[in-house]
Amino acid sequence: MASELFDSYVPVLIATILGFLLVAGALIGNFVLSPRQRTEAKGVTYECGMLPIGRSRGQVHFRYYLFAILFLIFDIEAVFLFPWAVTIADLGAQAFWEMLVFIGILAFGLLYAWKMGVLRWR
Amino acid sequence: MILGMIVGNVWLDALIRLGGVALLVPLYMIIITWTERKVIGRLQMRLGPMRVGPYGTLQGLADTIKLLTKEDLRPTTADRWVFELAPFAIVVPVIMALVALPFTADILIRNLTLGLFYIVALQGVSIVGFVMAGWGSDNKYALIGAARAAAQLISYEVPFILSILAVAMVASSLDIGVIVGMQGDTPLIAYLPLAFVIFVIAGLAELYRQPFDIPVAESEVVGGPFVEYSGIRWSMFQLGEFVSMVLISILGSLIFLGGWQWPVGGDVPVVVQIALMAVKTSAFILFFIWMRASLPRLRIDQMMAYCWQLLLPFAFLQIIINGLVLAYDWPHWTMTIMSLVALGAFVYVTNRAARQSGVTYQPSAASAQRVGSVL
Repeated sequence: MASELFDSYVPVLIATILGFLLVAGALIGNFVLSPRQRTEAKGVTYECGMLPIGRSRGQVHFRYYLFAILFLIFDIEAVFLFPWAVTIADLGAQAFWEMLVFIGILAFGLLYAWKMGVLRWR
Repeated sequence: MILGMIVGNVWLDALIRLGGVALLVPLYMIIITWTERKVIGRLQMRLGPMRVGPYGTLQGLADTIKLLTKEDLRPTTADRWVFELAPFAIVVPVIMALVALPFTADILIRNLTLGLFYIVALQGVSIVGFVMAGWGSDNKYALIGAARAAAQLISYEVPFILSILAVAMVASSLDIGVIVGMQGDTPLIAYLPLAFVIFVIAGLAELYRQPFDIPVAESEVVGGPFVEYSGIRWSMFQLGEFVSMVLISILGSLIFLGGWQWPVGGDVPVVVQIALMAVKTSAFILFFIWMRASLPRLRIDQMMAYCWQLLLPFAFLQIIINGLVLAYDWPHWTMTIMSLVALGAFVYVTNRAARQSGVTYQPSAASAQRVGSVL
């Protein structure tokens, strides 16, 4: 059984290596074929032709983090839902109502976030 | 004997199948780029590429040569390793996801029992590449684009997963082969129209295509995370985007439109299966291209509100409908009816939100003439 499981993920390993080789091959081809004439101006980042002021290590608005937290909650919920979803046809009504409680709690969380204005992009 | 050895050895078998895919990917890139430029051109009443080869068919080849021989630039202030590794982080997960995607009953790399879950998991990884590109470039546009990309992808990931979950509930399996097999006479779109609509909209957003191209909008952030990439490095991002487009198209035709089975059943020659899949997949791709030509870009607040306040609750509604029907063993057509009613409500609410959220601008004849004279 373990060997069978291993066998079915061998292509995944090969695909990973192949993906790296694909990108590396393109980059090596570019390295061989392309001209290289570095000038100082070519190393400046693009800012509509102006010289950039300062580095772009600025802060990102915190609303991005709020959405990231919301995403984390619902993504983990989706992971919990997958085993339930595959077996719901056999488990019957009780499993459905139990999962509905779980979804309900999270839906309440979403409603609370909505009410507090987290979902509004300001 | 050699054939027997290849079939017996899982390493060789996978290597040969993946080698075929690796050869097809660049070819596919050239074809899809030409198709997209041509279709967009015709939709905008232009001819599209016409110069290189008959009807511009060799344009992709010329572009490849141009990109390969272009100087590879990296800003001196960029974070070197993050900048260089970002193309890998975008392309590799997409190639990995192709492993679990069958094209017909026989043309596949490997049928994973958790295939659907595997594809969804890898779909979410590409965001790392975008954030790496944005952060590593040391460019303000790139940083803003990366933050927008992260916000958009993680938001639309949730309804995307939930619409796939609805499929898994009806099929009772995460194995794509099994899911296609159970759609012999009725494709799942008939039972889950709402999930299908959510899948297409969220898929469009996952691909950063119009009207959801906010992270890579030229007129706002000058191309977003890959402002600083040029030449072949830039084309790696393009490759990632196009391969994920075909990935979502194939996935959609497999799990919603009945894959290689519906409407002719499973016992047909391979040629017919390939033709069926090609038609369904092309329909998705052409739809994505069509949307690019005809819809204006959303604002970022509209985009986020649409996902969290509309798509997500309706995706949960579909899950609950499914659960109710499956848990109580009601006939499947009740699912169709409830899903259709929910879809109607979804369209109504979307329509109402679209009408409320902006200034409804209806030019009078005089003002239209004024605008025309300025242009």
